[in-house]
Amino acid sequence: MLGEHDLTNSTNRASNMEPPAADGAVIELRDVAYTLPNHQRLLSGLNLQVKRGETLVLLGRSGSGKTTTLKLINRLLIPSGGEVRVNGVCTSEVDVIQLRRSIGYVIQEVGLFPHFTVERNIGLVPRIDGWPTDRIHGRVEELLQMVGLESKLAPRYPHQLSGGQRQRVGVARALAADPALLLMDEPFGALDALTRDQLQREFLALQQRLNKTVVFVTHDLREALRLGSRIALMEAGRLITVLPPDDFLRSTDPLAAAYAQAFGEGSAPAANRGMS
Amino acid sequence: MNIFHFILQNHEQVLELTLEHLWLVGVSTLLAVLIGIPLGIVSAHWPVWNKPVLGAANIIQTIPSLALFGFLLPVPWLGDRADRLAILALTLYALLPVIRNTYTGIRGVDPAVVEAGRGMGLTGSQLLLQVELPLSLSVILSGVRVAVVVSVGLATIAAAIGAGGLGEFIFRGLAMVNNQLILAGAIPAAILALSADFGLGWIERRLRPR
Repeated sequence: MLGEHDLTNSTNRASNMEPPAADGAVIELRDVAYTLPNHQRLLSGLNLQVKRGETLVLLGRSGSGKTTTLKLINRLLIPSGGEVRVNGVCTSEVDVIQLRRSIGYVIQEVGLFPHFTVERNIGLVPRIDGWPTDRIHGRVEELLQMVGLESKLAPRYPHQLSGGQRQRVGVARALAADPALLLMDEPFGALDALTRDQLQREFLALQQRLNKTVVFVTHDLREALRLGSRIALMEAGRLITVLPPDDFLRSTDPLAAAYAQAFGEGSAPAANRGMS
Repeated sequence: MNIFHFILQNHEQVLELTLEHLWLVGVSTLLAVLIGIPLGIVSAHWPVWNKPVLGAANIIQTIPSLALFGFLLPVPWLGDRADRLAILALTLYALLPVIRNTYTGIRGVDPAVVEAGRGMGLTGSQLLLQVELPLSLSVILSGVRVAVVVSVGLATIAAAIGAGGLGEFIFRGLAMVNNQLILAGAIPAAILALSADFGLGWIERRLRPR
């Protein structure tokens, strides 16, 4: 009894004072459930760990609970059961504003502030964190270059940019305060195939350099296979399986197999599709 | 003698009544903005308040203006001075467009932008002051514009309770069956309304987000 008490105490202390070991879970969802006020269950019994430096892809069709899971991590949604831990600390015990500022967040609609220039959009979190102006300016320049944009775009407004440029600014904005954690909700979903391909390639290069811990939501298996260190397959509010990309296509799980089959058919030209 | 000669001849009085008129409209609009914008924000953020707030403002709007002036007359501190009373009545009427447009403006901000802001760790007040209000400013201002234009017309009735303004000419003209007197009140009032409409419309277009 006493020993158990001591043990929990010491783990708590350790998690509050320093990040867990390099191979530990940065994000941990324990038996998480999420229910809407009208009692509709969106998630139940969700257990998931995201390791430092990996890109975990949440794959599933719309309504499967991927976006809900993502929003539970930065507490845009509050779990109705279980707990979400970031860096070993339960998200209900930390200041939610600080939590969100320490996590980069990119969404499909980008959500750039239309009345701010590119520079102000990217520099917003540093500015409200009280960085000096010249440091913000330098950081914005650095980030624009990092996401492959020219610095002459800095004074432009979002409506003056193309969809691909806007999404790049969205990524730069999420990286502004150099968060160790990045949440991305179908960031490339609204882009044309060529731009998406290019941004995926740049994402991989960037990820190799920055080594962030990323949770990436998509419904596209091709994207999941390309970007993910591991793929978490979701369906109807449940986690079906978590597999590395190589194992995913060979999986015997019926749902994973169905995805793999749809993927195979989708990539074959029409002539091969045995039309009778 | 035509109407313009009349106005020229009595320009001092026309000017005085116009300034009184502007005072009534200006103070009441300011009060309506100071009360209405916070109420609009509250009803946009907390849906529970939406119906009671907009409902009350709607009901006030249905009270005939002359009756409202009459109702307020016996109220102790207010009834002492007619301009206080007129300002209160005009403020009450100006509330609806201000509240409604603040509500509409804030609810109309792209949800993706608000979500991105919340996800980035903006506090509620940072989100309101840096994102929601700037983006709904033109909608709010168009509500203020409606309030001002309506107030300029309504303020003429304030003369009925002795609050002054261009309504003085109109009521005097009605009593004396003198069209020139009526026009001496009505024309400056119309000019006031039109220029306020034009000026605020210009600012509103400049503030419209791209």
